[in-house]
Amino acid sequence: MDWVYLIEVLVGGLMSGVMYSLVAIGFVLIYKSSGIFNFAQGTMLLFASLTFVKMTENGIDFWTSLFIAAGIMVIFGIATERYVIRPLANQDLLALFMATVGLATFQEGFSQFVWDSDVHGLQMSKFLDIGLLDPAPIFVSDHVPWLDILIPKFDIFASLVAGSLIVILAFFFQKTKTGLSLRAVSDDHMAAMAVGIPLQTVWAVVWAVTGVIALVAGLLWAERVSVSFTLIEAVMKALPVILIGGLTSIPGAIVGGLVIGVGEKLGEIYLADVFGGQGIELWFAYFMALIFLIFRPQGMFGEKLIERV
Amino acid sequence: MIYRETGNFVTNYFKDREIFPLKFDKIIVVLGLLILYLYVPTTSEYTLSAHVIPILAVGLATVGLNILTGLTGQLSLGTAGFMCVGAFSTYNLMLRMPEGLMSLPVALLFSGIFAGLVGVIFGLPAIRIKGFYLLVSTLAAQYFVWWFFNSYAWFLNYESSGVVAIPPKMYDYWGLGNLLGVDMQGYPARYVLALTVCLALTYFAKNLLRSNTGRNFMSVRDRDIAASVMGISVPRTKLLAFFVSCFYCGVAGGIYSFLYIGNVDLMIYEIDRSFTILFMLIIGGLGSISGSWLGAIFVYEFPIVFTWIGDTIFQGAFNTAVVENVSNMVYGIFIIALLIREPGGFAALWGTTKQKLRMWPYPH
Repeated sequence: MDWVYLIEVLVGGLMSGVMYSLVAIGFVLIYKSSGIFNFAQGTMLLFASLTFVKMTENGIDFWTSLFIAAGIMVIFGIATERYVIRPLANQDLLALFMATVGLATFQEGFSQFVWDSDVHGLQMSKFLDIGLLDPAPIFVSDHVPWLDILIPKFDIFASLVAGSLIVILAFFFQKTKTGLSLRAVSDDHMAAMAVGIPLQTVWAVVWAVTGVIALVAGLLWAERVSVSFTLIEAVMKALPVILIGGLTSIPGAIVGGLVIGVGEKLGEIYLADVFGGQGIELWFAYFMALIFLIFRPQGMFGEKLIERV
Repeated sequence: MIYRETGNFVTNYFKDREIFPLKFDKIIVVLGLLILYLYVPTTSEYTLSAHVIPILAVGLATVGLNILTGLTGQLSLGTAGFMCVGAFSTYNLMLRMPEGLMSLPVALLFSGIFAGLVGVIFGLPAIRIKGFYLLVSTLAAQYFVWWFFNSYAWFLNYESSGVVAIPPKMYDYWGLGNLLGVDMQGYPARYVLALTVCLALTYFAKNLLRSNTGRNFMSVRDRDIAASVMGISVPRTKLLAFFVSCFYCGVAGGIYSFLYIGNVDLMIYEIDRSFTILFMLIIGGLGSISGSWLGAIFVYEFPIVFTWIGDTIFQGAFNTAVVENVSNMVYGIFIIALLIREPGGFAALWGTTKQKLRMWPYPH
C-alpha cells in the first residue's frame, strides 16, 4: 500500500467531511433546542446561496450581499418560528418533522420562484482577494519534501471558515446570556420555562442562527459544486453524519462529518472493487452509520436515553 | 340524523365483530363497489391510466407505510426502495419462471414476499435503534436497493437503456384474455386487477388493525417498554410490521410498474417518491387505513388539479417552471396549515364530518 497516497486520501476525506459537518451543525442546533428534525436544512442552503448569488450577479458587492442575505435568512428563521413552529408546539414529533418537509417544499418553490431555477456558478475569488481562493492546489512537497500530495486551497479555506464558525458558536453558547438560555432550553424545556426563559425567543434565535449557518454552508458548497437544485441533496449527505454523531451534540456533528468523509473516501478506494460497481458512495455512508448505530444506538455523543414505563 | 346509528342492534357475536356494523355503511360500501367495478372501467382510457391506476398503486404503498409508521411507529423513508424491489422481482419472476406457471397476480404475490423479506433484513436494526435514528436504516435500504438494481444489469435482462418495456405476453394470465375475449393489456382489465388486489389488501389491513397482531403493533408504537413488560415480543412485532408493510409496498411497486406505466424503470423509485408517500400518509392521518387512501388521492391529484386550474385561468401566460414552483409553495403552505389545524389529517376531518352528520340538523 502506498502510504503517501493514503495520506492524500485521508486529507481529502477530512476536507469533504468538513463540508458535511457544516450542514450537520444547523441540524443539531435545531434538534437540540426544540427536538425538531429539520428537513428544510437543504432548502435553506439553496435559498441562502441563491439569494447571495443573484445579488452579486446584479452588481451588488460581496460584503453588502453577504450582509443582506444573512439578514434575509434571519427574517426567514424568525418567521418560521412564528408561523410554523410556534403553532405546532407540543405536537407529535412526526408532525413537526413533516411540517419541516412542508417547509422544505415551500422553500424549494419559493426560492426558485423569486429567483430562478438556473444553475449558477459561484467564484468567491472574484470578490475576495485571499490567496486561499486561488484555484491552484498546494503542492505539499514544496514545503515537506517527502510528502508528495496535493491539497486544493479552497478546502483549506473551507476548513478555516468552518473552524472559525465553530469557535464563534462555542463562544456564543458558553459565554453569552442567550447562549446560556439556549443550553437551558435544550436541557429541559419545562425547567427553562419555569425559571423565566422565553422559549419562543430562544427558538427564534436558534432558527435565525441556523439560517446564517445555512448561508455560510451554502456558499462553501456552492463554490465547490454550484448553486442549483442539487444543493438540496446536501441534506441527505448530512443525515448519516448527525446520526453517527448523535442528534444532540455539536462536537458529534463535527466528528461525525470527519468520520463519514474519511470513511466514504476509503470505502470508495478499497471497497468499490469488492462490490464490482461504481457509485457505492450512494449508500456507503448510510451503512457506516447503520453499523455504528447498532453498537451505539444514541450515536457518538448523543444523550443516552434512559427509559422507564 | 343523516348518519344514523340507532336501530342497528347486535344480536349475536358474529355481528358484533363485523367490519361495517351499520346498515348505512353497508349500503355505501355495496354502492361503492358497484361503481368501482361497473362504472369506472367504462370511463375513458385517459382517466384510468392517468388518474385511477396510479392512485391505486401509490395508495396501496401508503397503506403499507401506514402499517409500519402509523401503526407500529417506525419511521421509514425506504418506501420507494421496497416498491422497487417489488417491481423488479415481479419482472424477473415473469421473465425467468417457465411460461404457464407464472401469471401476474401470482408474481405480484411472490414479489410482495420478496420485498417483505428485504424489509425484514433492513428492519433488523430496528431492534436496537429507535426514533429518528432508525431513518438511517430505511435510507440505507432506499439507496442500497436503488444502487443494487442499477449496478447489476442482470435484473433488467441486460437492457442497456435502463428501462425495460414490459412485453405484451406478460399480461397473458394463462390465456384468460382470449377465453373471455377481453384485451388484457388494455387499461380496463389492468384496472380491474389493480382494484381487486388493492381492495383485498385494504380489507386485510383493516382487519389487521382490529386483530391481536394489530393491537400488538399499536402497543409497540405507544410505549415499547410497556409492551414488552406485558409480554409482547417487541423485536418480533417490529419485524412482522416490517414484513407486512414491505409486502404491501412490494405489491404496490409491481402494480405501479406493470399496471400503470407499463415498463420497469429505476428512475421512478428514487427517494422523492418515498417522501411523497410519507406525505400521503401524514395528510391522510397516521393509523387510519381509509385516511391513507384519501391522502393518496389528494397528494396525487393536487399538482394535476393545480396546474390545470393555472392553465385555465391564465391560459398559459406563465411557463411550466413558474406554475410548478407556485404549486410547490401552495402545497408546502397547505401541509403546514393542515398540520396546524388538524394534525390527525383527513381521517380526523372525516371523523368530525361524521359526527356532524350524526347530529344534523341539531348542533348538540
